[in-house]
Amino acid sequence: MKRILLAALLASSSTLAYAEGEPLKIGFMATLEGPFTVLGEDGQRGFELALREADYEVAGRPIEVIVGPTDASPESALRAARKLVEQDEVDIVIGPLSGSEGIAMRDYSKTVPQVTFINGISGAQETTLVDPSETFYRYNMDGAQWTIGLGDYVFNEKGWEVVATIAEDYSFGYTNFMGFALEFCRAGGDIVERQWVPLGTKDFSSIIAALPEDVDALYLGLGGADAVNFLNQYLQAGGDANLIGGTIMVDGTVLSSEGRAKEVLIGTPSSGPQADTWDDPNWQGFVTAYQEAWPPEQRFPSPSLLATGYYNSTNAMLAAMEAVDGDLSDGQAGFRAALASLELDAPNGMISLDGNRQAIGSNFVTEVVQMDDGTLATQLVNKIDGVEQTLGLTSEQFAELGLPSRDVVDCTAWQGR
Amino acid sequence: MADAQSSSSTAGPLATAKSRWWAAGGVAALVVLWLIFAVWPDWLVAILGRKKVFVNALLNGVTLGALYFLVASGFTLIFGLMRNVNLAHGSLYLFGAYLGYEVSRITGSWLLAFPIAFLAMAALGTLLQIFVFRRLDGQDLQQTLITIGISVVLADIMLWIWGGSFYQILAPDWLSGPVETFIPSSVSRRTGELIYIKYPAVRLFILVCAVIIGVGMWYILNRSKLGMLIRAGVDDREMLAASGVRIQLIFVSIFAFGAGLAGVAGVVGGTFQSIAPGEDTRFLLSSLVVVIVGGMGSIPGAALGAILIGCAEQFGSVYAPTYSVVLTFVIMVAVLAFRPQGLLGRA
Repeated sequence: MKRILLAALLASSSTLAYAEGEPLKIGFMATLEGPFTVLGEDGQRGFELALREADYEVAGRPIEVIVGPTDASPESALRAARKLVEQDEVDIVIGPLSGSEGIAMRDYSKTVPQVTFINGISGAQETTLVDPSETFYRYNMDGAQWTIGLGDYVFNEKGWEVVATIAEDYSFGYTNFMGFALEFCRAGGDIVERQWVPLGTKDFSSIIAALPEDVDALYLGLGGADAVNFLNQYLQAGGDANLIGGTIMVDGTVLSSEGRAKEVLIGTPSSGPQADTWDDPNWQGFVTAYQEAWPPEQRFPSPSLLATGYYNSTNAMLAAMEAVDGDLSDGQAGFRAALASLELDAPNGMISLDGNRQAIGSNFVTEVVQMDDGTLATQLVNKIDGVEQTLGLTSEQFAELGLPSRDVVDCTAWQGR
Repeated sequence: MADAQSSSSTAGPLATAKSRWWAAGGVAALVVLWLIFAVWPDWLVAILGRKKVFVNALLNGVTLGALYFLVASGFTLIFGLMRNVNLAHGSLYLFGAYLGYEVSRITGSWLLAFPIAFLAMAALGTLLQIFVFRRLDGQDLQQTLITIGISVVLADIMLWIWGGSFYQILAPDWLSGPVETFIPSSVSRRTGELIYIKYPAVRLFILVCAVIIGVGMWYILNRSKLGMLIRAGVDDREMLAASGVRIQLIFVSIFAFGAGLAGVAGVVGGTFQSIAPGEDTRFLLSSLVVVIVGGMGSIPGAALGAILIGCAEQFGSVYAPTYSVVLTFVIMVAVLAFRPQGLLGRA
């Protein structure tokens, strides 16, 4: 209800400025319902921050926002996108947030060539790799790119050689796991057990009891409420193994949850497109802008990767729109060319697009630390620039690897390569 | 078995069938007890995996069942007595959980969260009964639609107040972490001593509470005057009302009690799982499944159904993770196909 009011407010305030130029209609999609609600809300903050900085205006055109809430399922994303495109007739869609939604949007975008899609933060590999859509642009790296550096770090620096894994049974879970497993296995590590749990699992206690005891560490590829539930029950069961976090396991959404379960995560190595305490001035500027835009109780201590992702996508849209002077009359051809050649100086490093309109960017290996004020944050361990979707493999090797699924990577086949 | 044969000679075929069921049940109980308390031989470990995993899944299934029972027993009691399908029952669960969180955060007392969640939800249940169900007595469709509407409104109000974040109710220190149980897990290779299974204390505590509540409800229903009135009301409302009982008072108190139980369950769920938007529909769905399996209106049925569904989820998550979601619905479909009134329901 609040959101509808907000959207109505935005819509009405931008019609006031109608005289200056025809309004640009932006459809915004994020998971504002279901298990990833809190992630979607932070994505929305990133989106709004970029628009606030632009004063809801680009190249003289006022920006009108229409919100399309989803619940992380591909059907809900499709429903929201259809509504935005067919009923509200938006020019550009920014979103979605979750992996399987992104794949649904790739397919849907092919049926509506008059609209340009800029991915929010969804990270499934297939979205831009397999049969990509000409009108779908992604300025965030995929889930596998987000793990570059992690496998190496835990094997060589931490000395953890045998791990068991628990991860969520959907496209992002596979992609995020695959990147870690590839590097870890190539370094010489071994993965002895893989547990795939359905998205939305609430009671992990039996899975926790079934964890093997003779491993060096556990890889956790969970997110949102599932991650919090796992940690809570893991603490109650007295678990004390070394943990390795998937990208959304140690995200701000989990690190800022209520309760002490998250403290299990202190010291956990992880990786992703940002490190909360990175001292880069551009990043610190973004963090400060985020913190000043909302009072503390309405935001996370610092922006989550979802806020950063949506912020970057929205800024990419604004930059390309400036480049064509707000002109979409050529069927958005000029706008799309500008998007494709854009070099985005994002808070989390330089981002450019490859031939599939997929981001090439920087990845951060981090560890969870406790800040002076008691909150948890990720601290930079290592930053790797120019990470491509092919993960540094030759195209033959990359084809051999296969698409993300439960059984990829075959660890023994890749050991020591 | 000797008993079964002797009774068959005197009491005819019906008794034979019944005593066979008892015998089969007894054997099954013995097998389960042996599985729990014996140290497993190697061939069994080869089939079922480590004993620790099995026993944990069983205990988790039963404790999860205890949580489901707390939610579903109120639901089934209300349905059994008043034929009201309260589809806002899940919202009462979630609302109770949020309130419990606030109480335990402000006062620092976990135990205090229970009575407050109970009383607050009981009050809300009373309002629901007086202003919604009493006005729509006998109009099933209207009741269903209005309670769906109420649950949507409540869900949005809760999202508005507490946002989409995840909350946990902190268990007190004396209940955090695991305790050692008396169930042996395996024999230590080094010392030859028995290694005992460790289990989260808070879940054991909750299990004990659920058993006390369940037994208490059974006792009140079957041994007290109030229970007699309730059972009479379940069987024939009109006749009970005609005999001078203030039936509306019984209705409202049962509704309040059922709603209060949902609130208590919310605190329990918030302690060993988490509180987040969407939990309301999840628990509404699970209590629907539980009462369909156990039999609408039956308290022992709710207990049996809750344990079955809890165990199915937990064993499923360990032994067949991909299909664990399907398993509960397979049980429901099987029950509907072969015993549509539910396992302990009356036709």
